Amino acid sequence: MFEFPNKTIERSVVELNKADFVSDQMVKWCPGCGAHAILASIANVFPKIGYRKENFMMVSGIGCSSRFPYYVNTYGFHGIHGRANAIASGVKIANPNLSVWIATGDGDSMAIGGNHFIHIIRRNIDVNIVMFNNQIYGLTKGQFSPTTPMGSITKTSPQGTIEHPFNPGELVLGAQGTFFARAVDTNVKLMTEVMFEAARHDGTSVIEILQNCIIFADKTHEAVTDKELRDDAQIHIKNGEPLIFGKNRDKGIRLNGTQLEVVKLGENGITEDDLLVHDQYQQDPGLHLMIAKMYPPHFPVALGVIRSAMYPTYDDLVEDQIAQAKNKSKILCVDDLLNSGDTWEIK
Amino acid sequence: MSEQTNFIEKEDVVVKFCGDSGDGMQLAGTLFSDAAALLGLDLATFPDYPAEIRAPHNTIAGVSGFQVHVGRKKIETSGDFVDILVAMNPASLKSNLKWTRPGATIIVDADLFDEATCKKAGYLTNPLEDNSLEGYNLVKAPVTILTRNALQPLGIDNKTADRTRNVFTLGIIYHIFSWKLDSTVNYFKAKFKKKPEMIEANKLVLETGYSYADTVETLGSSYHIAKATMAPGRYRNITGNVATAWGFLAAAERSGRPLFLGSYPITPATEILIELVRHKSLGAKVFQAEDEIAGICSAIGASYTGSLALTTTSGPGLSLKSEAIGLAVMTELPLVIVNVQRGGPSTGLPTKSEQSDLMQALFGRNGEAPVVVIAASTPADCFKYAYESAKIALEHMTPVILLTDGSLGNGSQLFRIPKVADLPSITPPMAEPNDKDYKPYKRDPETLVRKWAIPGTEGLRHRIGGLEKENGSGNVSTDPANHQIMTDLREAKVQKVADFIPEQSIVGAKEGDVLVVSWGGTRGTTEAAVEELQKQGKKISLAHFHHIMPLPKNTHKVLAGFKKIIVCELNSGQFVNYLRMKEPDYRYTQYNKVMGLPFTVTELVNKFNEML
Repeated sequence: MFEFPNKTIERSVVELNKADFVSDQMVKWCPGCGAHAILASIANVFPKIGYRKENFMMVSGIGCSSRFPYYVNTYGFHGIHGRANAIASGVKIANPNLSVWIATGDGDSMAIGGNHFIHIIRRNIDVNIVMFNNQIYGLTKGQFSPTTPMGSITKTSPQGTIEHPFNPGELVLGAQGTFFARAVDTNVKLMTEVMFEAARHDGTSVIEILQNCIIFADKTHEAVTDKELRDDAQIHIKNGEPLIFGKNRDKGIRLNGTQLEVVKLGENGITEDDLLVHDQYQQDPGLHLMIAKMYPPHFPVALGVIRSAMYPTYDDLVEDQIAQAKNKSKILCVDDLLNSGDTWEIK
Repeated sequence: MSEQTNFIEKEDVVVKFCGDSGDGMQLAGTLFSDAAALLGLDLATFPDYPAEIRAPHNTIAGVSGFQVHVGRKKIETSGDFVDILVAMNPASLKSNLKWTRPGATIIVDADLFDEATCKKAGYLTNPLEDNSLEGYNLVKAPVTILTRNALQPLGIDNKTADRTRNVFTLGIIYHIFSWKLDSTVNYFKAKFKKKPEMIEANKLVLETGYSYADTVETLGSSYHIAKATMAPGRYRNITGNVATAWGFLAAAERSGRPLFLGSYPITPATEILIELVRHKSLGAKVFQAEDEIAGICSAIGASYTGSLALTTTSGPGLSLKSEAIGLAVMTELPLVIVNVQRGGPSTGLPTKSEQSDLMQALFGRNGEAPVVVIAASTPADCFKYAYESAKIALEHMTPVILLTDGSLGNGSQLFRIPKVADLPSITPPMAEPNDKDYKPYKRDPETLVRKWAIPGTEGLRHRIGGLEKENGSGNVSTDPANHQIMTDLREAKVQKVADFIPEQSIVGAKEGDVLVVSWGGTRGTTEAAVEELQKQGKKISLAHFHHIMPLPKNTHKVLAGFKKIIVCELNSGQFVNYLRMKEPDYRYTQYNKVMGLPFTVTELVNKFNEML
């Protein structure tokens, strides 16, 4: 079951439940939108995390994902397009005693807000970014996004897109991310688990959720989420366990030289011992990157926590420097400051 | 040090140090002004440096200067014309001569005036030899050679020695004023604590310059300036950017709200960021963001969580922040945006000063997004107006744009040190925990200000954002009638600030022939020009504005007392057009300049005389 998060944020003295986080606002996402399941997962996980309910803070940018704060009963801030990560940086630095959650999308965080996204990750500010990756601009009604597969026909690519999509995991690890997890919107249990892991992690946690936009990019993740295909197209990775997948759990991932490869257990004498064992905590991101990059048709998509490495957080370092300065400096109030250095009296 | 043959008693003197950028002219000017301040003189300074860090050597583009105006009278500007010019090379002489008073003393490093350097500066012949400087008191000092010679016994190489040439010229200047060298020597002692040989070297060069001046016949007469008569109190020298930073620190302490600055480096505003980051011992949280937008957005996040939130920038940065300022207007959060104006548009003149962002500050956002706009007018009063901006932002839950400019930010002035306890109190409208009636947009009926409920507070969880909200409840609303109400309320709330700011003051009589109107950083020159004409008995007064949005409540009355009104500003007429909109009952004449330069008192006096 769930362990207690190891944080200094004030804990709730009473047991919380889903009802504590239900907002009084009407949820206005399309029926069948994957966002509903993400909302359900947040409502599951916040009581489990167990912080005082006033210490949760949701921040968002613009897009379908970003209506999220209105639908959760926490302190919430609905920002402007692309800026959720910048706003949340200010929130967390100003008040490190808040558990900060960012709801964002592929366009919000990787197109207009790409700069803030890579820099919040690089700084390792202790926030949790839930990125709804539906590979489309939904709220503006169907233009391609930075994660739309190349060649896709959309409103702004009538002949198919001619640009290479981002793989969010690669971007996160390229920006020196310390936590990256992936889940699908069809699996509330998995989303809840990785969100909890994200909360436990000290630093910027990015959770990519492969989310379906039923109106403008329906079945965009079908190759991964389809009931018939998913056992072979998904691999649920767990720390300390070998990478095994398949309907009959007879396939695995092996490191062959410098490359990953899919192998069949029992074939050519391959056993579980030959498979790659997942270590989400290892500092070197090399294998994490290879795992994050796996994609059909040659590989299954890795779901679960891919990376969770320990590094100091920006917000902790801010507090440390302030404490050091207070310890060392002779200037402890503004009157001290005003009278410091060369001053003189005129009578 | 021989006796001075004769003293010339002066009211005020303008000294300018100029040379190649990298020659240490900024430092020489700063040391001179510190020495003057310690002697009890009033002063104002103005650095004038190129945008490039090291432009090509000996070119006009690379000239860096630092002007200091010292005096016993109240010093309001860094001075129109220079009385003593230090020009290290031909380029600095050429570019500064037009601002040098006829008969002024010009001290040059004669060793740097050769055919090549003269040519590079665009001189056809060597100005030291072609009699073109006949009208000046020219001191051809062999600065380079004497400095090198002085330091040779200490085993200091020529390259290192050349870096102390600025100190040699400082020695000459101190001789002209018969000042002691103590304050500058003390500076070297503090600066080179870990390199004692450099303390010795700089001291020696300073003394060598001083002794050299003793041997120069043309410097036989010495200036004497009596102590200024200033209000009693403790004083220091301060630049506008440092004063701005300190004003905010004082406001944070007085309000009990922690200070948060989100900022991105940009000339000429960066010094505020640099200054605030030095004061973590006061709890200041300073975030150097990845861009201007992240600077303001992080500040908005910090504001939501209960900080005195700030962002600092200059013109192009204000453009980038426009959308986020609208967000702060919509969410009715306290936020101070400092714009240290520079020459525009686009990258424009990054190191020069202008007042051309006024319209942008007032209106440069999508939708109707009113904010309070305040302008500081002198380097020292940046403290006061930064403090006031923070007070208004916090108490009225509104963004405030504080306009300063490059001249104010980099210029320095004497500052009478206040006690924090004597500053006006700051009381933000904090919501009480578990307030059953709390609603995000429920307003104080008097001020129209909503309450500030910060995350962590029990019983006040709520959501706000950039979408239009229903007045009171704060729920997202697209209701047409509500949008009208909220638009009107946002404007009215800002206008209500007029009840909390001082009335507009007038320098001079309340009635007369001409009212000079100015705002922001031009006060020194407009005030000096008006006072000069008042001394001549002219019926002229000055209304210098610090509060622009909203205007002081008595503005209409102030403008009514004069036959003519002339609005002077360093743009093509932005404030005058704002006045034409807000106070349409009057006819306004305008006087404008967009050269990246301040007004001179002389040009203003001439212009005002035309109208009198």
